[in-house]
Amino acid sequence: MDSFLTLIQVLDSTVRLATPLLLACLAGLYSERAGIFDIGLEGKMLMAAFFSAAVAAVTGSVWLGLLAGIAASLVLSALHGLASITFRGNQLISGVAINFLAAGLTVLIAQDWFQQGGRTPSLFAGGRFEPITFPFAETLSGVPIIGPIYSELLSGHSILVYVAFLMVPATWWVLFRTRFGLRLRAVGENPAAVDTAGVSVVGLRYAAVAICGVLCGIAGAYLATGLQAGFVKDMTAGRGFIALAALIFAKWRPWHAMWACLLFGLLQAVALRFQNIDLGGIVIPVQAMDALPYILTVVILAGFVGKAIPPKAGGEPYIKER
Amino acid sequence: MTVPAIELKGISKAFGPVQANKDISISVAPGTIHGIIGENGAGKSTLMSILYGFYKADKGEIWINGKKTDIPDSQAAIAAGIGMVFQHFKLVENFTVLENIVLGAEDGGLLAPSLAKARKELKDLEQEYELFVDPDKRIDEIGVGMQQRVEILKALYRKAEILILDEPTGVLTPAEADQLFRILDRLRAEGKTIILITHKLREIMEATDTVSVMRRGQMTATVKTAETNPEELAELMVGRKVLLRVDKVPAKPGKPILEIENLRVTDSSGVERVKGIDLTVRAGEIVGIAGVAGNGQSELLEVLGGMRPGSGTIRMNGVPLALSGPGSDGQARRAQGIAHVPEDRQREGLIMDFHAWENVAFGYHRDPAYQRGIFMDNAALRADTERKIEKFDVRPPNGWLSAKNFSGGNQQKIVVAREIERNPDLLLVGQPTRGVDIGAIEFIHKQIVALRDQGKAILLVSVELEEIFSLSDRIAVMFDGHIMGERLPHETDEKELGLLMAGVAGEAA
Repeated sequence: MDSFLTLIQVLDSTVRLATPLLLACLAGLYSERAGIFDIGLEGKMLMAAFFSAAVAAVTGSVWLGLLAGIAASLVLSALHGLASITFRGNQLISGVAINFLAAGLTVLIAQDWFQQGGRTPSLFAGGRFEPITFPFAETLSGVPIIGPIYSELLSGHSILVYVAFLMVPATWWVLFRTRFGLRLRAVGENPAAVDTAGVSVVGLRYAAVAICGVLCGIAGAYLATGLQAGFVKDMTAGRGFIALAALIFAKWRPWHAMWACLLFGLLQAVALRFQNIDLGGIVIPVQAMDALPYILTVVILAGFVGKAIPPKAGGEPYIKER
Repeated sequence: MTVPAIELKGISKAFGPVQANKDISISVAPGTIHGIIGENGAGKSTLMSILYGFYKADKGEIWINGKKTDIPDSQAAIAAGIGMVFQHFKLVENFTVLENIVLGAEDGGLLAPSLAKARKELKDLEQEYELFVDPDKRIDEIGVGMQQRVEILKALYRKAEILILDEPTGVLTPAEADQLFRILDRLRAEGKTIILITHKLREIMEATDTVSVMRRGQMTATVKTAETNPEELAELMVGRKVLLRVDKVPAKPGKPILEIENLRVTDSSGVERVKGIDLTVRAGEIVGIAGVAGNGQSELLEVLGGMRPGSGTIRMNGVPLALSGPGSDGQARRAQGIAHVPEDRQREGLIMDFHAWENVAFGYHRDPAYQRGIFMDNAALRADTERKIEKFDVRPPNGWLSAKNFSGGNQQKIVVAREIERNPDLLLVGQPTRGVDIGAIEFIHKQIVALRDQGKAILLVSVELEEIFSLSDRIAVMFDGHIMGERLPHETDEKELGLLMAGVAGEAA
């Protein structure tokens, strides 16, 4: 029973840790399906994390914080859109620039506002997203197996966690069941087909980049006001890149993205829970455990997942031609 | 006098200093097929792009069905009842046929009702025009002929009354092209107006009611097809008399240069593409390989050119060639006197972003004449390029232009100049005139025949039967990796070769 509880706790933190990955991964999915590669997920999340924490700390309202985070992320998205859609620049360079911009700006502004060494003040009640307890969670927790699963694993997360996981079927539905989804997928595969069909390539791509911005904003806000209580320097810690790896792992499909993010979340949860694993005399050091999600990222990006075919027009600015 | 379906009045369009269209006026009667013919770069595509809202004309008016119409974008063109089938299809490859047809013409936010409606309408369109497609197949699962039908259906689904086809037969086999023309006939019978853009005279003569000729951005003539002939049209297109037939003396074949015995080639996915062929090419003759694309001709050329491994025996001047491993690459082949004009010049023959003079060096970049110590002697290379450009009349005569800035014909001239000027014993030529305009075709054909007359061996692969007939001294037909038979051009006809190409064996096969 003890090991079962441990398992439930690990899975519980898996869900929490997978949430920002999943939001960022779906954000990237919208953008890349429309043909705009976005390695600036990291920067957008970081910027959103800072502004959500800062606004939440100043106003005491976590919702205003969330809005500020989304707005900050959207500004960076607009920048990326301007560079890569309107001015047909290199999408990778624009993404790198956004990451640098976010890493520098967040700390600079934080220091200027709060004088706490580049962090925001810790957030207290009202400034954070509180866990939502499902009805009867308390009562049912005594029931074997189902009880802990319901009260620990499913219940007791903040609203953004549920939003993230609901975004999976929602994204699938939008992508494969709506006109917008059809056009979005088409513009990532062959923008000329969309253009000659009389639909605006630029409009679709901006829409995709905007959705990406909103989701990254939520992801960042969750990091600073849900998972943790405030902003610290570089708090995204490469999550944007792990989300990109998950996206490739999932081959740009929503449900697969969820499983990929849960896998990365699980690795992070295991690393957090078992700081030093003793394998019959050989102790695996904590650093190795912490590095595990990043190592897996490298392995996946190195092509371990088999052939992942990205959207065909991805990374290419659309130039009208005969 | 009926109201014209389309009337263009004084259309002009310039790209920077280049005047692509100069004061063009044209009137197309409804329910007819109107051909627009001209060499590559004559401005045909620009004109049609203006009509489809891709470009905005600097000057001029567009009248549709007697009404002055503004066409600022493709949406407006579609609304005006104009549909366009581009030379390079605008299809999403991993979508189904149905999804491609619906894309951009959906009825609401949700897909399911749109798809259901399109499926029903598609059935009607199929019945009406005999345009059969499987709506649930993905585009990358169907052939180019079928893809083209999807493009036509896309236009019809959008209620197009005017259909523009830009070089529609460029990617089709002769049989597929014939099928396309039957479809166009049918569409005309139903009252649609069709504009057919092409540089192939045969298509104009076969399919159109009237024809307009364009040269260097200007409309030089509009005539009734029945009242003209290919020679006259060719002259109007090029601006001088053009020889449509290749002038050549009978071949005097000498000793065997290339001997192929039981050659087998397996492609990367493990499919055997060449299934044991025997073939000899002698000095001073052109052997043409006819066949529908994809029957092993490309693989044969690639093995000979050192681009792909094979098994069997190939002797060059009596010396066996390595068919795999070291010594089987293109460098080794060139050292053995084999020059290669590959089938796809843009992918295999040239690097499109490199200067012409750099492209002239490829394959021969180790030539001592281009070396100075450990460095390339670029000055010598450029001087050599200038000489070749002049001799082969490459236009514009500027070695500093990137390969992509030349027209198809001039690109091909650069490749042919590079290979022929090496004075090879054997020249491999794949599709030498694909996407090449008449003037350049005439020139390239002359060069190939001249090389033959110097006593060189030439192996020609082409899907254009006309080209095979006019160049070859001997014709071998390939089908499904086998050589179905060899014929002499004056002892056979298109019908017999067509049967061999379809795998129906002749008595001497």
